Amino acid sequence: MNLLELILTDYTLQVVSLGSALLGIVSGVLGSFAVIRKESLLGDAISHAALPGITIAFLLTQTKNTEILLLGALISGLIATLLIFGISNYTRIKFDSALGLILSVFFGAGLVMLTYIQRIPNANQAGLDKFIFGQASTLLLRDVKLIALVGSVLLALVVLFWKEFKIVSFDREFAESLGFNTDRIVLLLSFMIVTSIIIGLQTVGVILMSAMITSPAVAARQWTDKLSVMVILSAVFGAISGIGGTLISSVIPRLPTGPMIVVFISAIVIISLGFAPNRGLVFRYIRNKKNQRNVNREKILINLYELAMKHDKIGHGHHVLTIDPDIGFDKIGRKNLEKQLENFKSKGLADKDYEDKWYITEKGIEYVKKYILEGEM
Amino acid sequence: MSAELEIQLIAIMVAIACSLPGVFLVLRRMAMMSDAITHTILLGIVIAFFITNDLSSPFLIVGAALMGVITVFLIELLNSTKLVSEDSAIGVVFPLLFSLAIIIISKYAGSVHLDTDSVLLGEIGYAPFNRLYIAGRDFGPKSLYSMGIVLLLNLIFIILFFKELKLVTFDPALAAILGFTPTLIHYGLMTMVSVTAVAAFESVGSILVIAFMIGPPISAYLLTDDLKKMIILSGLIGSINGILGYQLAAYLDVSIAGSMALMTGLVFLLIFIFAPKRGLLTVLRRRRIQKEDFAEKSLLFHLLNHEGEADELKESGIGTIAEHLNWKKDYLDKIINRLEENGIIYIEDDTIKLTEKGRIYTIESYEEIMYET
Repeated sequence: MNLLELILTDYTLQVVSLGSALLGIVSGVLGSFAVIRKESLLGDAISHAALPGITIAFLLTQTKNTEILLLGALISGLIATLLIFGISNYTRIKFDSALGLILSVFFGAGLVMLTYIQRIPNANQAGLDKFIFGQASTLLLRDVKLIALVGSVLLALVVLFWKEFKIVSFDREFAESLGFNTDRIVLLLSFMIVTSIIIGLQTVGVILMSAMITSPAVAARQWTDKLSVMVILSAVFGAISGIGGTLISSVIPRLPTGPMIVVFISAIVIISLGFAPNRGLVFRYIRNKKNQRNVNREKILINLYELAMKHDKIGHGHHVLTIDPDIGFDKIGRKNLEKQLENFKSKGLADKDYEDKWYITEKGIEYVKKYILEGEM
Repeated sequence: MSAELEIQLIAIMVAIACSLPGVFLVLRRMAMMSDAITHTILLGIVIAFFITNDLSSPFLIVGAALMGVITVFLIELLNSTKLVSEDSAIGVVFPLLFSLAIIIISKYAGSVHLDTDSVLLGEIGYAPFNRLYIAGRDFGPKSLYSMGIVLLLNLIFIILFFKELKLVTFDPALAAILGFTPTLIHYGLMTMVSVTAVAAFESVGSILVIAFMIGPPISAYLLTDDLKKMIILSGLIGSINGILGYQLAAYLDVSIAGSMALMTGLVFLLIFIFAPKRGLLTVLRRRRIQKEDFAEKSLLFHLLNHEGEADELKESGIGTIAEHLNWKKDYLDKIINRLEENGIIYIEDDTIKLTEKGRIYTIESYEEIMYET
């Protein structure tokens, strides 16, 4: 109740929640493409690479106007992206190494600039480092408007170029053979991913931005095999964790918002990995067990059949251990084995003689020949 | 020893200690593992601190190193479900562990000096102030010793397991068949990465650890094909980056760690552009030559194909050929000029024709492409 009251009355909280939710939607949508293209760590590299852009923008303009600082961040993020792709396209250096290099070098350059600014008299750099760790609580309405504006442009572009983005994400060579200019499409997509990263910096900061790009998409991927559903789900997960993280951190004192959003979205990832139908681990475990039981069932019947073939007459009994020594020696295994044999008996496929030895019936032999051996031939 | 000398000495040790595991990270396509580990060790430190309640306890280092290995384990666990690709697994795991660390710090450690900035950014400039005193005598900065020990451990590990590391890096399947356990070597390497990161972050910060682990090895990778040479070159390049970075920082009076990372990037950029065999200039020139060679041969095949046919004037005419090949006019002119100079083609009645020498060359090239690989 308390929480509901807070949401309805607290203006700052409303603004921050709205901002985080919008951010979650945008990064969820564009993150889906990054994850499918196996470029999810691009988010990490670009957010670090934004720092020198922010500091240079501040040095040149001497303002702490968010739009201008973010413009600087965008430019240096784009340069970093081009360098990463350039290094991995023109040399044998792999994409991940290029990411790591650009991440650390650009961030190092940013630190150099930051310490340089500190020495300039009258230059009040305080507040620049909020981009490093993110401070969602300082989000103003105009910041949220900026996120909304840039976000809607990005989403509109996704809708407009849906077919192109989809095809280059899954099969670039095929797209090329159809006559698409894949280089240009990939570049546009990468620039859009970079932009979505930059607008999130102020809220969750450099280090945690990669989770905003990766985690909603990874969670959404588990529930569906369709890109459109994945993108929408990813946006929903992003929005939920944006709002959820913000609310929790506002109710409990001294909880930072950015990390809380990340914990929230990580929880959604864990739940998805565990319980999503079809792909989820729990579902997979049950299916494996079921398959295993079926395989065991057939194996027991075939063993009985083969034992019967070695004897002249049907009805020659065999001890449980002879039927399946692999599982018969194990106490639980033997119990299961006997249970299965009883099951066969109730269906008339096998029977037990007076010494508690088992044999396959005529009907069982017919069954093996018809359903099991047939399939193998 | 002066403070400046001490800082540079520490930097050299960090650079070499980082480049040793870095070479294998880069070759095994696990460079971003260094990024993940350098961030998550913060959680190890925080947890160890809450158990021991002592910021100078050696268990903090143990906790941090352990958390590095746990990070790797979690990433691989996630990856082994085949539900998440490796890069996404890294992108999910490390922000979560880092977030937990930040949450714990801001919630409970408000009164304690556990500064997240210093873990990430570090400041090697303060290293000389933290000195080792034994019986009242000054034995130099502590980090000189801790880095020295880590450097030695890394060297011993690499020398002892060089063969195994090499095999697991270049042919993990063969390594498994021959009876080496790639997992064991893998975790050995990852332990090395996290111990190095833990020892180094205090003095240089995690960003410089990443720069030193990746920058020098990939610079060396562009200069040599030999693993041993690559390791030695990485150490050398890393040391140079450290010294140059310090000089730049001292000159501009800015962040030393940042300036060393920046220098790592600049040195890489130089090697990236000018490396003799694998540099950008060489690669671009090689691609241009291949493209021109391909264009020359395509043109010659076209000429041979239409030689003596009724539409030769149209297909191979000096004014119309550009249209038939669908090439740009000036590019085509360049190719034609060169072939003419070499006596492969000549122009007669506004038609491009093959010389006798040109015909032999064209047929030879054709056969080379068709019958030999």
